Amino acid sequence: MRIRTAGVVALFTLALAASGCGGDSDEPAAKDTPKAAGGKLVIWADDKRTAALKPFAEKFGQENGVSVEVQAVSKDLQTNFVTASQQGSGPDVVVGAHDWIGNLVQNGAIDPVQLAAEQKSAFNPTAIKAVTFNGQLYGVPYAQENLALIRNTELAPEAPKTIEDLVANGRALKASKKATETLCLQVGQNGDAYHIYPLYTSAGGYLFGTGANGDYDPKDLGVGKPESVEAFKKIGALGEKGAGVLKRSIADTNSIATFTGKKCAYLVSGPWAVADVKKANIKYDISAIPGFAGGKEAQPFVGVQAFYVAAKGKNKALAQEFVANYTTTPELAVALYNAEPRPPALTAALDQVKGTDPDLAKFQEAGRNGQVLPAIPAMAAIWDPFGKAEAAVIGGADPTSTITAAGKTISGQIK
Amino acid sequence: MSTPLSGPGSATQAPGREPAGSRPPRSRPSRTRATRDDAPITLTGLAGKVLLLGLTAGVAVWAAFPLVAAGMWAGLALLAASTAGLFYLYLTRRHIPAKYLVPGTLFLIAFQVFPVLYTASTAFTNFGDGHRGSKDDAVVAIQSSSVTQVPGSAEYALSIATTGDPATGALVFLVTDPGTGAVSVGDTDGLRRLDPADVTVATGGRVTAADGYTVLTVGQASSRSREITDLVVPTPGGAVRSSGLSRAYEGKAVRAYEAGCDCVRDAETGRTWTADDEAGAFVAADGERLAQGWKVNVGLTNFTRVLTDENISGPFLGSLIWNFAFAIGSTGGTFLLGMLIALVLHSPRMRGTNLYRVVLVLPYAMPSFAMLLAWRDMFNADFGLINNLFGVNVDWFGQAWTARFAVILVQLWLGYPYMFLVATGALQAIPRELTEATAVDGASPWQSFRAVTLPLLLVALSPLLISSFAFNFNNFNAIYLTTEGAPFPADNPANGATDLLITYTYLLAFGGQGAQFGFAAAISLFIFAIVAVVSAISFRRTRKQEEVYA
Repeated sequence: MRIRTAGVVALFTLALAASGCGGDSDEPAAKDTPKAAGGKLVIWADDKRTAALKPFAEKFGQENGVSVEVQAVSKDLQTNFVTASQQGSGPDVVVGAHDWIGNLVQNGAIDPVQLAAEQKSAFNPTAIKAVTFNGQLYGVPYAQENLALIRNTELAPEAPKTIEDLVANGRALKASKKATETLCLQVGQNGDAYHIYPLYTSAGGYLFGTGANGDYDPKDLGVGKPESVEAFKKIGALGEKGAGVLKRSIADTNSIATFTGKKCAYLVSGPWAVADVKKANIKYDISAIPGFAGGKEAQPFVGVQAFYVAAKGKNKALAQEFVANYTTTPELAVALYNAEPRPPALTAALDQVKGTDPDLAKFQEAGRNGQVLPAIPAMAAIWDPFGKAEAAVIGGADPTSTITAAGKTISGQIK
Repeated sequence: MSTPLSGPGSATQAPGREPAGSRPPRSRPSRTRATRDDAPITLTGLAGKVLLLGLTAGVAVWAAFPLVAAGMWAGLALLAASTAGLFYLYLTRRHIPAKYLVPGTLFLIAFQVFPVLYTASTAFTNFGDGHRGSKDDAVVAIQSSSVTQVPGSAEYALSIATTGDPATGALVFLVTDPGTGAVSVGDTDGLRRLDPADVTVATGGRVTAADGYTVLTVGQASSRSREITDLVVPTPGGAVRSSGLSRAYEGKAVRAYEAGCDCVRDAETGRTWTADDEAGAFVAADGERLAQGWKVNVGLTNFTRVLTDENISGPFLGSLIWNFAFAIGSTGGTFLLGMLIALVLHSPRMRGTNLYRVVLVLPYAMPSFAMLLAWRDMFNADFGLINNLFGVNVDWFGQAWTARFAVILVQLWLGYPYMFLVATGALQAIPRELTEATAVDGASPWQSFRAVTLPLLLVALSPLLISSFAFNFNNFNAIYLTTEGAPFPADNPANGATDLLITYTYLLAFGGQGAQFGFAAAISLFIFAIVAVVSAISFRRTRKQEEVYA
């Protein structure tokens, strides 16, 4: 009996001590640090940008006597951000693509950023337009990107003026066994709306009309309209049952690799492909994606990467200070460019790196007539049905019925 | 199972289940207690107990702080009660069976019952993108996203200051008008000009010192972030608000919620959006909705949508049939192949079985994620290994039947090593005497396999086959990482030939207009019901089989 009593007493003491220890080590530490350090800023970004941001975030922290933490979220950053901010465990600042804005705003996850007029004018106007949603500026852009035509200059010395030129030259290369594919434009089993969009616009199609204020109007859906059917007839003619230029077997996984393997002379891709192309020691040049002969210009989507202030962040004033007054400096834009070569949105930063990197100006030239990727929530309803319709048409399906059905699906999903 | 075992085994009984006769008479409970109390307390046992209970208490304390901070008293009470219950249970010597059952039950509740109940409760709401938070959240979001700079107003340089202690004193804004250089102090009463002689202004226009005020450093200011964001200095045209810690602007919330009409009014256009508590959104007279909505109960809407929406109910039956075919094909195929190989390697005449076993188990050792992606590339029509190796030109994922064949083939490759392993184990547990006896009785090997080996194997493997079936029925990765549901009929991008119900659900709930968790939960409940029925029937049949052969 004595052992038992002693045991129970010992147990209680130890258990309480253990719990006390847990409390001592965790709680005060977690509660006291922010005050001692004078505030904490948490930034979420994807892996690549985290690495580039870290030194600058630390510098910002040291200059201002605050602690800054950059956390990498490698997958589903947008979804994780929305869920976490809903629960109150989100960051103060998030870095992401501008087409997230519509969804982030409808979930009340980000706040508008107030930039002074002279701050705004330092940016490329397209980038400012991209991060403006419902008349409000929601993010500070830092990089801008669009598709272009990258060609192997050994196989194709001249930039093609039209798609027909490109196909003719590609075929000649195939016939002379210098290449096995005409064009590396990723389609994949389920299509790729982003990459086919330049051809779609050149053939006369559009996604959303624009309202009086220049914003995209989700009520004016272009998919399923006669123009879109005509456009897909032209795309279908390039497909597997037609010219064999567009193929579902070329997908996001092998498109760049096929080009760097010198199996095709033309690649439709963005600044992210350049590193691989350089690594493969291919002599290349970059030009605008050509349109169909007699058609409209081929307009690629222009996407912008931006910093956002989380609406439910714990340290919003500091987040605003960082986003509105610190990320607008050219030094940070140049550093982010060095981490991943995407054209900076700040004009001053672009001018600074343009000299050492001629590709940037070429990409920018290729995106000159581009269209800002719609940020409205309705855009989410486009991607999947549009891509699948594209894949079906390229595989030989009837464009009229396919695109009409896709248009019906999309309009059914737009509230 | 129902027949009692005879022989030496029946002599050893589980403790607590001894026959009534051997139990000490009830009239001497003290002796029983004494016997139990005298059970030796080992040091390791005691240490383990202390450690685990200490850990429990630690976790409870750790979990209590956020609950206290959030003021969730019901949760705190539950936490305290369950912790106290655990301590009571393991500090007394009574309730022996409960000591074994409680941990498992707790985990069952936390990881099985709670998610199922949560899913079920979500199915009755419109939870999803645009409807995540409460109505108050939506109102705050609408108001704060409508704050715009008053046209033509000045941009101020800002310093945060206080009249008292930097950590607690009331905050004021010291703002400098860049045009005139005039410095004003702003608090909730409005802006007041300061005498230029009392302030020191840096080159950028920011006030660095002012008589009677302590200017906060960025570090000091940032630890009072919320107060700064909440401080709004009223002006005739709107209000001066901070933009970060070094700039201020004169802004106005154009849209505001009015409790009287339960609506949001736009001060510039006069347009109103009235709250619709059934849809969880502010809706204008012409049907236009504000993007920021809130979560509401929608009753059975999600369930009726599954049944009545033609786009969903139309292809549902076809998908269901394919889903069964896929699950049965994957499970049956892997079982047949795995068992066949196990039988071959079980033969006493087989040499080098260990080497074969290692090689055969290899696919099981590789991460299925990577293997699924590798197989996807191998089935590529133009660049894939399979077409190139066999010199064929099959558009594998482009046609319904080849795509279905391909995904089942991949499942076969991924799954047979598992079946091979468990079949090998089960085969070794079947005494060779049984098959030898059938041989003596003149049965052919096939007859002996059919009549003896297979039934005994199935007794051991049926539960595994059922769980494998349930797993494959919802095998999301097998489809999502290979065909993604392709090929899709040209006129219906929502439902592909290889789509399982679960990938179909995913596409419906997350493919279109953002995430729709409420709707996804409703479909999940349908799938749950289907799998539960199939499993229940199978287990009943298995039990009958066990009764025959055990």
